[in-house]
Amino acid sequence: MVHVPAALQALVLVLAALLATAVVLSRNTLRQIVVNGMYGLLLVIVFLVLQAPDVALSMLVVSTVAYPLIVLAAISRSRNGKLTDRDREE
Amino acid sequence: MSDRHVVRGMIALPVLAGLGVLLFWGLSGLPPFGNYHGQYGHLINTIALPQRHTTNAVTAVVFDYRGFDTLGEEFILFAAVIGVVMLLREESSEGRSRPDEVTSDQLRLIGALAVGAIFVVGLWLIAFGFVTPGGGFQGGVVIAGAVLLVYLTQGHRPWRRFATEHALDPFEGLGVGTYVAVGLGAAIAGAPFLHNFLGPGKAGTLVSGGSMPFLNWGTAIEVAAANLVLYTEFLQHYLEPLGPKERG
Amino acid sequence: MNFLAYGVAGWICLVGLYGVITSRNLIHLALCLSVMQSSTYILLLSIGYRHGGGAPIFKGVKLGTRSVDPIVQSLTLTDVVVSVTVMGLILALALDVHKEAGSIDPDKLAELSG
Repeated sequence: MVHVPAALQALVLVLAALLATAVVLSRNTLRQIVVNGMYGLLLVIVFLVLQAPDVALSMLVVSTVAYPLIVLAAISRSRNGKLTDRDREE
Repeated sequence: MSDRHVVRGMIALPVLAGLGVLLFWGLSGLPPFGNYHGQYGHLINTIALPQRHTTNAVTAVVFDYRGFDTLGEEFILFAAVIGVVMLLREESSEGRSRPDEVTSDQLRLIGALAVGAIFVVGLWLIAFGFVTPGGGFQGGVVIAGAVLLVYLTQGHRPWRRFATEHALDPFEGLGVGTYVAVGLGAAIAGAPFLHNFLGPGKAGTLVSGGSMPFLNWGTAIEVAAANLVLYTEFLQHYLEPLGPKERG
Repeated sequence: MNFLAYGVAGWICLVGLYGVITSRNLIHLALCLSVMQSSTYILLLSIGYRHGGGAPIFKGVKLGTRSVDPIVQSLTLTDVVVSVTVMGLILALALDVHKEAGSIDPDKLAELSG
Protein backbone atom coordinates (compact mmCIF):
# COMPACT_ATOMS: atom_id res chain seq x y z
CA MET A 1 0.00 0.00 0.00
CA VAL A 2 1.45 3.32 -1.06
CA HIS A 3 0.10 6.29 0.79
CA VAL A 4 0.10 9.48 -1.30
CA PRO A 5 -1.26 12.46 0.66
CA ALA A 6 -4.37 13.87 -0.92
CA ALA A 7 -3.10 17.39 -0.26
CA LEU A 8 -0.06 16.74 -2.46
CA GLN A 9 -2.23 15.45 -5.28
CA ALA A 10 -4.59 18.40 -5.04
CA LEU A 11 -1.72 20.91 -4.95
CA VAL A 12 0.02 19.44 -7.97
CA LEU A 13 -3.18 19.23 -10.01
CA VAL A 14 -4.16 22.82 -9.25
CA LEU A 15 -0.66 23.98 -10.20
CA ALA A 16 -1.01 22.11 -13.50
CA ALA A 17 -4.27 23.94 -14.21
CA LEU A 18 -2.64 27.31 -13.44
CA LEU A 19 0.42 26.64 -15.59
CA ALA A 20 -1.72 25.45 -18.49
CA THR A 21 -3.61 28.76 -18.33
CA ALA A 22 -0.25 30.56 -18.33
CA VAL A 23 0.87 28.64 -21.43
CA VAL A 24 -2.22 29.66 -23.35
CA LEU A 25 -2.12 33.27 -22.21
CA SER A 26 1.52 33.82 -23.22
CA ARG A 27 1.16 35.52 -26.54
CA ASN A 28 4.88 35.90 -27.22
CA THR A 29 5.88 32.53 -28.68
CA LEU A 30 9.38 32.57 -27.16
CA ARG A 31 7.96 33.04 -23.71
CA GLN A 32 5.36 30.41 -24.44
CA ILE A 33 7.85 27.69 -25.26
CA VAL A 34 9.73 28.29 -22.01
CA VAL A 35 6.51 28.15 -19.99
CA ASN A 36 5.58 25.01 -21.91
CA GLY A 37 8.86 23.43 -20.81
CA MET A 38 8.01 24.18 -17.19
CA TYR A 39 4.49 22.84 -17.71
CA GLY A 40 6.00 19.63 -19.07
CA LEU A 41 8.17 19.23 -15.98
CA LEU A 42 5.17 19.80 -13.74
CA LEU A 43 3.28 17.16 -15.70
CA VAL A 44 6.13 14.74 -14.99
CA ILE A 45 5.53 15.34 -11.28
CA VAL A 46 1.77 14.88 -11.77
CA PHE A 47 2.38 11.56 -13.48
CA LEU A 48 4.67 10.44 -10.66
CA VAL A 49 2.12 11.38 -8.03
CA LEU A 50 -0.48 9.38 -9.95
CA GLN A 51 1.88 6.35 -9.82
CA ALA A 52 2.84 6.19 -13.51
CA PRO A 53 6.65 6.10 -13.83
CA ASP A 54 6.67 4.89 -17.43
CA VAL A 55 4.64 7.83 -18.64
CA ALA A 56 6.78 10.23 -16.59
CA LEU A 57 9.95 8.92 -18.26
CA SER A 58 8.66 9.52 -21.76
CA MET A 59 7.21 12.94 -20.95
CA LEU A 60 10.49 14.07 -19.40
CA VAL A 61 12.59 13.88 -22.54
CA VAL A 62 9.81 14.92 -24.87
CA SER A 63 8.88 18.18 -23.23
CA THR A 64 12.37 19.39 -22.35
CA VAL A 65 14.33 18.36 -25.45
CA ALA A 66 12.08 17.68 -28.41
CA TYR A 67 9.46 20.40 -28.13
CA PRO A 68 11.77 23.38 -27.53
CA LEU A 69 13.99 22.32 -30.43
CA ILE A 70 11.32 22.14 -33.09
CA VAL A 71 9.37 25.15 -31.83
CA LEU A 72 12.47 27.35 -31.62
CA ALA A 73 13.53 26.38 -35.13
CA ALA A 74 10.03 27.21 -36.34
CA ILE A 75 9.94 30.53 -34.47
CA SER A 76 13.27 31.55 -35.90
CA ARG A 77 12.16 30.89 -39.45
CA SER A 78 8.82 32.59 -38.96
CA ARG A 79 10.48 35.73 -37.64
CA ASN A 80 12.60 36.03 -40.77
CA GLY A 81 15.69 34.69 -39.15
CA LYS A 82 15.73 36.87 -36.05
CA LEU A 83 14.96 35.55 -32.62
CA THR A 84 15.49 38.75 -30.66
CA ASP A 85 12.57 40.67 -32.03
CA ARG A 86 11.04 42.29 -29.01
CA ASP A 87 7.83 44.29 -28.80
CA ARG A 88 6.14 42.27 -31.46
CA GLU A 89 2.89 40.70 -30.40
CA GLU A 90 3.73 37.35 -31.89
CA MET B 1 -7.94 43.81 -37.00
CA SER B 2 -7.90 44.07 -33.26
CA ASP B 3 -11.64 44.54 -32.77
CA ARG B 4 -12.23 41.40 -34.81
CA HIS B 5 -10.14 39.55 -32.28
CA VAL B 6 -11.98 41.10 -29.36
CA VAL B 7 -15.33 40.16 -30.86
CA ARG B 8 -14.12 36.64 -31.44
CA GLY B 9 -12.99 36.38 -27.84
CA MET B 10 -16.33 37.72 -26.62
CA ILE B 11 -18.29 35.17 -28.64
CA ALA B 12 -15.95 32.34 -27.66
CA LEU B 13 -16.38 32.76 -23.91
CA PRO B 14 -20.11 31.96 -23.57
CA VAL B 15 -19.82 29.11 -26.06
CA LEU B 16 -16.92 27.66 -24.11
CA ALA B 17 -18.88 28.10 -20.90
CA GLY B 18 -21.75 26.10 -22.38
CA LEU B 19 -19.36 23.44 -23.62
CA GLY B 20 -17.76 23.40 -20.19
CA VAL B 21 -21.08 22.78 -18.48
CA LEU B 22 -21.68 19.78 -20.75
CA LEU B 23 -18.15 18.54 -20.20
CA PHE B 24 -18.27 18.75 -16.43
CA TRP B 25 -21.71 17.19 -16.35
CA GLY B 26 -20.32 14.29 -18.37
CA LEU B 27 -17.23 13.97 -16.20
CA SER B 28 -19.29 13.88 -13.03
CA GLY B 29 -20.74 10.57 -14.17
CA LEU B 30 -17.40 8.87 -13.73
CA PRO B 31 -16.66 6.93 -10.54
CA PRO B 32 -15.03 9.18 -7.93
CA PHE B 33 -11.28 9.66 -8.10
CA GLY B 34 -9.48 6.68 -6.67
CA ASN B 35 -12.28 4.15 -6.94
CA TYR B 36 -11.30 2.40 -10.11
CA HIS B 37 -13.41 -0.72 -10.52
CA GLY B 38 -12.25 -1.99 -13.90
CA GLN B 39 -11.76 -5.73 -13.89
CA TYR B 40 -9.46 -5.86 -16.90
CA GLY B 41 -6.74 -3.82 -15.22
CA HIS B 42 -6.88 -5.89 -12.08
CA LEU B 43 -6.70 -9.06 -14.17
CA ILE B 44 -3.62 -7.87 -16.08
CA ASN B 45 -1.87 -6.98 -12.85
CA THR B 46 -2.36 -10.48 -11.49
CA ILE B 47 -1.56 -12.54 -14.60
CA ALA B 48 1.18 -10.56 -16.39
CA LEU B 49 3.91 -11.95 -14.18
CA PRO B 50 2.88 -15.63 -14.16
CA GLN B 51 1.97 -15.74 -17.85
CA ARG B 52 4.67 -13.69 -19.52
CA HIS B 53 7.28 -13.44 -16.77
CA THR B 54 7.56 -9.66 -17.00
CA THR B 55 7.54 -7.65 -13.80
CA ASN B 56 6.52 -4.47 -15.65
CA ALA B 57 2.82 -4.84 -16.39
CA VAL B 58 2.69 -1.69 -18.54
CA THR B 59 5.31 -3.00 -20.97
CA ALA B 60 3.49 -6.31 -21.17
CA VAL B 61 0.31 -4.45 -22.11
CA VAL B 62 2.07 -2.26 -24.69
CA PHE B 63 3.88 -5.07 -26.48
CA ASP B 64 1.81 -8.15 -25.87
CA TYR B 65 -1.76 -7.74 -24.71
CA ARG B 66 -2.27 -4.60 -26.79
CA GLY B 67 0.49 -5.13 -29.33
CA PHE B 68 -1.72 -4.27 -32.25
CA ASP B 69 -2.35 -0.76 -30.92
CA THR B 70 1.38 -0.21 -30.70
CA LEU B 71 1.71 -1.19 -34.34
CA GLY B 72 -0.85 1.46 -35.19
CA GLU B 73 1.01 4.08 -33.16
CA GLU B 74 4.24 3.23 -34.94
CA PHE B 75 2.56 3.78 -38.25
CA ILE B 76 1.32 7.17 -37.08
CA LEU B 77 4.93 8.03 -36.26
CA PHE B 78 6.07 6.78 -39.65
CA ALA B 79 3.42 8.71 -41.58
CA ALA B 80 3.97 11.95 -39.67
CA VAL B 81 7.71 11.83 -40.33
CA ILE B 82 7.08 11.17 -44.01
CA GLY B 83 4.89 14.27 -44.05
CA VAL B 84 7.57 16.39 -42.40
CA VAL B 85 10.22 15.13 -44.80
CA MET B 86 8.06 15.88 -47.80
CA LEU B 87 7.41 19.41 -46.59
CA LEU B 88 10.82 20.41 -45.36
CA ARG B 89 13.46 18.43 -47.14
CA GLU B 90 15.11 20.28 -50.00
CA GLU B 91 18.11 19.83 -52.20
CA SER B 92 21.22 20.19 -50.14
CA SER B 93 22.64 23.65 -50.53
CA GLU B 94 26.09 24.38 -49.29
CA GLY B 95 25.48 28.04 -48.59
CA ARG B 96 25.04 28.44 -44.88
CA SER B 97 23.82 31.74 -43.60
CA ARG B 98 24.71 31.15 -39.95
CA PRO B 99 28.10 30.43 -38.38
CA ASP B 100 27.67 27.23 -36.43
CA GLU B 101 30.89 26.18 -34.74
CA VAL B 102 31.38 25.35 -31.08
CA THR B 103 34.51 27.11 -30.00
CA SER B 104 34.73 26.14 -26.34
CA ASP B 105 36.92 23.11 -25.67
CA GLN B 106 35.42 22.41 -22.27
CA LEU B 107 31.95 22.23 -23.78
CA ARG B 108 33.13 19.78 -26.39
CA LEU B 109 34.83 17.56 -23.82
CA ILE B 110 31.93 17.49 -21.40
CA GLY B 111 29.55 17.02 -24.30
CA ALA B 112 31.46 14.01 -25.56
CA LEU B 113 31.35 12.39 -22.11
CA ALA B 114 27.69 13.23 -21.64
CA VAL B 115 26.67 11.81 -25.01
CA GLY B 116 28.25 8.48 -24.17
CA ALA B 117 26.65 8.34 -20.73
CA ILE B 118 23.18 9.28 -21.94
CA PHE B 119 23.42 6.79 -24.79
CA VAL B 120 24.17 4.01 -22.32
CA VAL B 121 21.29 5.11 -20.10
CA GLY B 122 19.00 4.97 -23.13
CA LEU B 123 20.13 1.46 -24.01
CA TRP B 124 19.62 0.38 -20.42
CA LEU B 125 16.12 1.81 -20.37
CA ILE B 126 15.25 -0.14 -23.50
CA ALA B 127 16.82 -3.42 -22.45
CA PHE B 128 15.34 -3.51 -18.95
CA GLY B 129 11.90 -2.37 -20.01
CA PHE B 130 10.41 -5.64 -18.89
CA VAL B 131 11.84 -5.52 -15.40
CA THR B 132 11.68 -1.89 -14.25
CA PRO B 133 10.00 1.20 -15.74
CA GLY B 134 11.25 1.68 -19.27
CA GLY B 135 10.74 0.20 -22.67
CA GLY B 136 11.15 0.96 -26.34
CA PHE B 137 9.39 4.32 -26.35
CA GLN B 138 11.17 5.85 -23.38
CA GLY B 139 14.62 4.58 -24.34
CA GLY B 140 14.12 5.58 -27.98
CA VAL B 141 13.53 9.24 -27.18
CA VAL B 142 16.47 9.25 -24.76
CA ILE B 143 18.75 7.93 -27.50
CA ALA B 144 17.45 10.56 -29.92
CA GLY B 145 18.21 13.17 -27.27
CA ALA B 146 21.73 11.84 -26.85
CA VAL B 147 22.43 12.08 -30.59
CA LEU B 148 20.98 15.60 -30.62
CA LEU B 149 23.43 16.49 -27.85
CA VAL B 150 26.18 15.82 -30.38
CA TYR B 151 24.91 18.72 -32.45
CA LEU B 152 24.54 20.98 -29.43
CA THR B 153 28.00 20.43 -28.01
CA GLN B 154 30.18 19.55 -30.98
CA GLY B 155 28.87 21.78 -33.72
CA HIS B 156 27.31 21.19 -37.07
CA ARG B 157 29.95 19.20 -38.91
CA PRO B 158 30.25 16.18 -36.57
CA TRP B 159 26.46 16.04 -36.47
CA ARG B 160 26.15 15.91 -40.23
CA ARG B 161 28.74 13.22 -40.44
CA PHE B 162 26.38 10.60 -39.16
CA ALA B 163 22.90 12.14 -39.00
CA THR B 164 22.46 12.16 -42.76
CA GLU B 165 19.35 11.11 -44.57
CA HIS B 166 21.00 8.01 -45.97
CA ALA B 167 21.85 6.78 -42.48
CA LEU B 168 18.59 7.52 -40.70
CA ASP B 169 15.90 6.62 -43.20
CA PRO B 170 16.80 2.92 -43.40
CA PHE B 171 16.79 2.66 -39.60
CA GLU B 172 13.26 3.90 -39.40
CA GLY B 173 12.09 1.39 -41.96
CA LEU B 174 14.06 -1.31 -40.16
CA GLY B 175 12.25 -0.59 -36.91
CA VAL B 176 8.73 -0.84 -38.32
CA GLY B 177 9.74 -3.80 -40.48
CA THR B 178 11.00 -5.74 -37.46
CA TYR B 179 7.72 -5.27 -35.68
CA VAL B 180 5.64 -6.43 -38.64
CA ALA B 181 8.03 -9.32 -39.36
CA VAL B 182 7.77 -10.65 -35.80
CA GLY B 183 4.01 -10.45 -36.01
CA LEU B 184 3.98 -12.24 -39.34
CA GLY B 185 6.37 -14.83 -37.96
CA ALA B 186 3.75 -15.74 -35.41
CA ALA B 187 1.15 -15.93 -38.17
CA ILE B 188 3.35 -18.21 -40.26
CA ALA B 189 3.82 -20.48 -37.25
CA GLY B 190 0.08 -21.05 -37.19
CA ALA B 191 -0.82 -18.68 -34.35
CA PRO B 192 -2.72 -15.38 -34.59
CA PHE B 193 -0.86 -12.27 -35.80
CA LEU B 194 1.48 -10.88 -33.11
CA HIS B 195 0.96 -13.89 -30.86
CA ASN B 196 3.74 -14.34 -28.32
CA PHE B 197 5.32 -17.51 -29.58
CA LEU B 198 8.64 -17.86 -27.77
CA GLY B 199 9.15 -19.31 -24.30
CA PRO B 200 8.60 -16.79 -21.51
CA GLY B 201 12.01 -17.06 -19.87
CA LYS B 202 12.93 -16.15 -16.31
CA ALA B 203 11.17 -13.22 -14.69
CA GLY B 204 13.29 -10.31 -13.54
CA THR B 205 16.11 -10.89 -16.03
CA LEU B 206 16.79 -9.71 -19.55
CA VAL B 207 15.55 -12.95 -21.03
CA SER B 208 11.88 -12.64 -20.26
CA GLY B 209 8.70 -12.01 -22.11
CA GLY B 210 8.92 -14.39 -25.05
CA SER B 211 8.97 -12.62 -28.39
CA MET B 212 8.44 -9.21 -26.79
CA PRO B 213 12.12 -8.14 -26.71
CA PHE B 214 12.20 -8.18 -30.51
CA LEU B 215 9.17 -5.95 -30.67
CA ASN B 216 10.74 -3.81 -27.96
CA TRP B 217 13.98 -3.24 -29.85
CA GLY B 218 12.18 -2.72 -33.15
CA THR B 219 10.06 -0.03 -31.53
CA ALA B 220 13.09 1.60 -29.92
CA ILE B 221 14.99 1.80 -33.21
CA GLU B 222 11.97 3.20 -34.97
CA VAL B 223 11.19 5.82 -32.33
CA ALA B 224 14.82 6.97 -32.14
CA ALA B 225 15.20 7.16 -35.92
CA ALA B 226 11.89 8.96 -36.44
CA ASN B 227 12.69 11.54 -33.77
CA LEU B 228 16.16 12.07 -35.23
CA VAL B 229 14.80 12.55 -38.74
CA LEU B 230 12.39 15.13 -37.32
CA TYR B 231 15.15 17.01 -35.50
CA THR B 232 17.43 16.85 -38.53
CA GLU B 233 14.80 18.29 -40.84
CA PHE B 234 14.04 21.15 -38.49
CA LEU B 235 17.70 21.91 -37.88
CA GLN B 236 18.52 21.88 -41.57
CA HIS B 237 15.56 24.11 -42.25
CA TYR B 238 16.76 26.47 -39.53
CA LEU B 239 20.25 26.64 -40.97
CA GLU B 240 19.52 27.16 -44.64
CA PRO B 241 19.16 30.67 -46.09
CA LEU B 242 15.79 32.38 -46.16
CA GLY B 243 13.60 32.40 -49.25
CA PRO B 244 12.43 35.57 -50.99
CA LYS B 245 8.97 35.79 -49.45
CA GLU B 246 10.18 35.03 -45.96
CA ARG B 247 12.34 38.09 -45.70
CA GLY B 248 9.24 40.09 -44.89
CA MET C 1 -11.21 16.03 -3.90
CA ASN C 2 -13.33 13.36 -5.48
CA PHE C 3 -13.69 15.13 -8.77
CA LEU C 4 -10.81 17.60 -8.67
CA ALA C 5 -8.68 15.63 -11.11
CA TYR C 6 -11.48 15.39 -13.66
CA GLY C 7 -12.28 19.07 -13.17
CA VAL C 8 -8.65 20.01 -13.77
CA ALA C 9 -8.54 17.93 -16.94
CA GLY C 10 -11.75 19.54 -18.21
CA TRP C 11 -10.48 23.03 -17.34
CA ILE C 12 -7.18 22.49 -19.18
CA CYS C 13 -9.04 21.22 -22.25
CA LEU C 14 -11.30 24.29 -22.31
CA VAL C 15 -8.40 26.68 -21.78
CA GLY C 16 -6.50 25.06 -24.63
CA LEU C 17 -9.55 25.33 -26.86
CA TYR C 18 -9.86 29.03 -26.02
CA GLY C 19 -6.25 29.47 -27.02
CA VAL C 20 -6.84 27.73 -30.34
CA ILE C 21 -9.88 29.90 -31.11
CA THR C 22 -8.30 33.25 -30.31
CA SER C 23 -4.82 32.57 -31.61
CA ARG C 24 -3.02 35.05 -33.81
CA ASN C 25 -0.01 32.93 -34.59
CA LEU C 26 0.09 29.42 -35.99
CA ILE C 27 2.90 28.37 -33.64
CA HIS C 28 0.95 29.59 -30.61
CA LEU C 29 -1.96 27.54 -31.98
CA ALA C 30 0.16 24.40 -32.18
CA LEU C 31 1.27 24.77 -28.56
CA CYS C 32 -2.31 25.28 -27.40
CA LEU C 33 -3.19 22.06 -29.22
CA SER C 34 -0.50 20.29 -27.25
CA VAL C 35 -2.00 21.69 -24.03
CA MET C 36 -5.34 20.16 -25.03
CA GLN C 37 -3.59 16.84 -25.60
CA SER C 38 -2.03 16.96 -22.15
CA SER C 39 -5.48 17.33 -20.60
CA THR C 40 -6.38 13.92 -21.99
CA TYR C 41 -3.30 12.42 -20.37
CA ILE C 42 -4.34 13.74 -16.96
CA LEU C 43 -7.90 12.48 -17.46
CA LEU C 44 -6.78 8.99 -18.48
CA LEU C 45 -4.34 8.59 -15.62
CA SER C 46 -6.74 9.85 -13.01
CA ILE C 47 -9.42 7.43 -14.21
CA GLY C 48 -7.08 4.51 -13.60
CA TYR C 49 -5.93 5.61 -10.15
CA ARG C 50 -6.79 3.57 -7.07
CA HIS C 51 -6.42 4.87 -3.52
CA GLY C 52 -3.44 3.30 -1.83
CA GLY C 53 -2.27 1.76 -5.09
CA GLY C 54 1.33 1.69 -6.19
CA ALA C 55 2.84 1.61 -9.66
CA PRO C 56 2.09 -1.57 -11.68
CA ILE C 57 5.68 -2.84 -11.40
CA PHE C 58 6.10 -6.04 -9.45
CA LYS C 59 9.83 -6.50 -9.03
CA GLY C 60 10.44 -7.15 -5.37
CA VAL C 61 6.79 -6.43 -4.70
CA LYS C 62 4.46 -9.26 -3.88
CA LEU C 63 1.99 -10.09 -6.63
CA GLY C 64 -1.46 -9.02 -5.62
CA THR C 65 -0.55 -5.77 -3.86
CA ARG C 66 -2.87 -2.96 -4.69
CA SER C 67 -1.78 -1.14 -7.82
CA VAL C 68 -3.16 1.28 -10.35
CA ASP C 69 -4.41 0.37 -13.78
CA PRO C 70 -1.69 -0.41 -16.35
CA ILE C 71 -3.82 -0.14 -19.48
CA VAL C 72 -4.44 3.60 -19.37
CA GLN C 73 -0.73 4.06 -18.74
CA SER C 74 0.12 2.17 -21.89
CA LEU C 75 -2.26 4.33 -23.92
CA THR C 76 -0.82 7.51 -22.46
CA LEU C 77 2.84 6.67 -22.91
CA THR C 78 2.58 5.83 -26.59
CA ASP C 79 0.50 8.94 -27.11
CA VAL C 80 3.13 11.20 -25.49
CA VAL C 81 5.87 10.03 -27.82
CA VAL C 82 3.73 10.13 -30.95
CA SER C 83 2.43 13.63 -30.26
CA VAL C 84 5.91 15.09 -30.79
CA THR C 85 6.01 13.98 -34.40
CA VAL C 86 2.45 15.08 -35.06
CA MET C 87 3.30 18.50 -33.59
CA GLY C 88 6.35 18.53 -35.86
CA LEU C 89 4.08 17.92 -38.83
CA ILE C 90 1.82 20.81 -37.81
CA LEU C 91 4.80 23.14 -37.40
CA ALA C 92 6.18 22.04 -40.77
CA LEU C 93 2.82 22.94 -42.33
CA ALA C 94 2.96 26.34 -40.61
CA LEU C 95 6.45 26.94 -41.96
CA ASP C 96 5.36 25.95 -45.45
CA VAL C 97 2.49 28.43 -45.23
CA HIS C 98 4.94 31.10 -44.10
CA LYS C 99 7.16 30.34 -47.07
CA GLU C 100 4.28 30.73 -49.51
CA ALA C 101 2.33 33.57 -47.97
CA GLY C 102 4.90 35.46 -45.96
CA SER C 103 2.74 35.59 -42.87
CA ILE C 104 1.96 33.28 -39.99
CA ASP C 105 -1.26 34.90 -38.84
CA PRO C 106 -4.32 32.65 -39.36
CA ASP C 107 -6.52 35.64 -40.16
CA LYS C 108 -4.29 36.93 -42.91
CA LEU C 109 -4.37 33.51 -44.48
CA ALA C 110 -8.11 33.68 -44.91
CA GLU C 111 -7.60 36.12 -47.78
CA LEU C 112 -5.48 33.80 -49.86
CA SER C 113 -6.89 32.96 -53.23
CA GLY C 114 -6.00 30.33 -55.78
